[in-house]
Amino acid sequence: QSFYLGGRQCSSFSCTSAVPRTKYGGKTTVTLIPGDGVGPELAESVTTIFKEMAVPVEFEKIELNREQMKDEGSFDYAIKSLKRNGVGLKGVINRSADFRHHNLEFRGGLDVYANVVRCMSFEGIQTHHTGIDLIAIRENTEGEYSSLEHESVSGVVESLKIITQEKSMRIAKFAFDYAREHNRKKVTCIHKANIMKLSDGLFKACCKEVSEDYPMIEYEEQIVDNTCQQLVINPQQFDVMVMPNLYGNLVSNLAAGLVGGAGVVPSKSYGENIAVFEPGARHTWMEMKGMYVANPAAMVLSSAFMLKHLQLHEAGDLLIKAVNNVLNKRSCLTIDLGGNASTHDMTKAILSEVEHLA
Amino acid sequence: MFLSRALRSSCRSLHTVTLFPGDGIGPQISESVKKIFDAAEVPIQWEERQVYPILEPNGKTRIPDDAVESIFKNKIGLKGPMRTAIGKGHVSLNLTIRRTFGLYANVRPAKSVPGVITPYSKEGVDCVIMRENTEGEYSGIEHQVVPGVVQSVKLITRDASRNVAEYAFQYAQDHGRKNIVALHKANIMKMSDGMFLEQCREVAARYPEINYREMYLDSACLKIVSDPSKFDVMLMPNLYGDIFSDLTAGLIGGLGLAPSGNMGKDGIAIYEAVHGTADDLVEANKGNPTALLMSGLMMLRHMGLKSQADKIEAAVLETLTERKVITGDIGGTATNPEYADEICRKIRG
Repeated sequence: QSFYLGGRQCSSFSCTSAVPRTKYGGKTTVTLIPGDGVGPELAESVTTIFKEMAVPVEFEKIELNREQMKDEGSFDYAIKSLKRNGVGLKGVINRSADFRHHNLEFRGGLDVYANVVRCMSFEGIQTHHTGIDLIAIRENTEGEYSSLEHESVSGVVESLKIITQEKSMRIAKFAFDYAREHNRKKVTCIHKANIMKLSDGLFKACCKEVSEDYPMIEYEEQIVDNTCQQLVINPQQFDVMVMPNLYGNLVSNLAAGLVGGAGVVPSKSYGENIAVFEPGARHTWMEMKGMYVANPAAMVLSSAFMLKHLQLHEAGDLLIKAVNNVLNKRSCLTIDLGGNASTHDMTKAILSEVEHLA
Repeated sequence: MFLSRALRSSCRSLHTVTLFPGDGIGPQISESVKKIFDAAEVPIQWEERQVYPILEPNGKTRIPDDAVESIFKNKIGLKGPMRTAIGKGHVSLNLTIRRTFGLYANVRPAKSVPGVITPYSKEGVDCVIMRENTEGEYSGIEHQVVPGVVQSVKLITRDASRNVAEYAFQYAQDHGRKNIVALHKANIMKMSDGMFLEQCREVAARYPEINYREMYLDSACLKIVSDPSKFDVMLMPNLYGDIFSDLTAGLIGGLGLAPSGNMGKDGIAIYEAVHGTADDLVEANKGNPTALLMSGLMMLRHMGLKSQADKIEAAVLETLTERKVITGDIGGTATNPEYADEICRKIRG
């Protein structure tokens, strides 16, 4: 086996340099988990595009949807694969019937702790607001998603939210490093410490402490309900936002909705030795499964960011430009963008733009 | 207690309603509400009480006895914005009031206001948030497990979930609203949000004419900013309700225009303005009484005084649409009393 040690700085983010990569004959192996709902259709879009572009990436495809979930082996294999490859591209997996929540296990088990969603207005997509360019950074392993619940007395359920200093410091440092790396001017900590004084209070204190090491970056704090209001009144005020798990879920979905929806917003998630790329708003859209009407733009953009992470900048940049052009020129409109083009149509449009640009 | 001749000779009985003017612009906007209600000949006499926190030796916070007695007697109240002193060791006034009167359901309608243009005015917003108001993430139960590890407890009970669901469906029926969607994160918080949903479903079964469905909270956030006109009544636990109702207030133009009502035990209903005390506007008397006024109208409708409420609402909407005599926060230059006088003029015809 030959390994490629990423000795060079990864352009996407320096935290994940020096990751051993599985590479055979010049091709990097990446785990691909299409997931449930329209996931497989979106994954197909990516594999088609990569094949046409002759991208030196080999996909290790792992079917991990609701039907396959009954077999614990499949799930553990997926985790092993991701650990081995260090890079993954995935859709959303629906909760399996036996209670175990797989999206959570991914993040906790692999410690993929930072989810980054950049919401940027597309000139070709009609939305209520323009000029948005914010980055929502979400702590993705603890908080309200600890899955620790019990019914202490019949009819009374307690659900625990865990906030630790270690993870709060870690995500705060990630956010400031990311802001610095990408020349962003301001980091806003989103919290509800007026009500949850100890937990969100701890998170907020950690962010404040870390902010002191980055004097060139402006730091502010905002209560989450005010943030949601501000996002629909004046979203242009936001730059980088850092927050615990649940608020991150709400804010990134809200912001994604502001710039065009789940079909156009990509995301990147990082752990110490792993990077996972997936659409920014995690929805399976089960009702439309098999109909090929979903917009693959978000998934394709996520895969383009993955290419850049793998140092395949030329291909990555070309793909990003192509998708942006298709969306801005409105040359192909899927249902979510007001048209009736199919997933295939969008894939073809992106490929044709790639050819045009190359 | 000035009573106009018309009121005295009216055969409708006079309702006594508690009024907490509150702090900051509170007393000033309360004056406007009283003036406007008088112009519309609303058969209400106001019982004003001051509310401030009293820290007891056992560490609990309470509000003055006469304020409490007034609400228990009258059942209906209108409340202005209140300041909570930070760092004085007492719990917020709003929380204390909620606990004192067992206010379990918070109702926050969000309807596009003519004359106040937001990016969402075109498709129009007309939704109502029903928020469980006693438990959930606001239980206040937190502790440090070991240094650097904090645990915060979210409490969901069958009873509280059922109470708010029952109120929501009854409200929908009374107000002709056809759709209720429960917002939740039961994919993540299976037991707690799961229990909440279970109660919603049980109550929904008793109201077959109302269309009930469920939606993930994050999906709702995504969808409402794309097309808010698709949302009608939304029912949810405490934290989500707090966040979401501020979101919907933002869609129509902000907290300065958002009315709110709180239902308590034994038929208690307290309506309030949810914005802040705006201390900087006090000197020039430039606060906007619209939110408090709209809350007052919710109150009138609850009391069965629909025709007076409609009359006042028509005058308010006309004033806002004309945009000639409106307050600073929505782009005008009028003071609070000038705006109120304009509304009174329109009511008197």
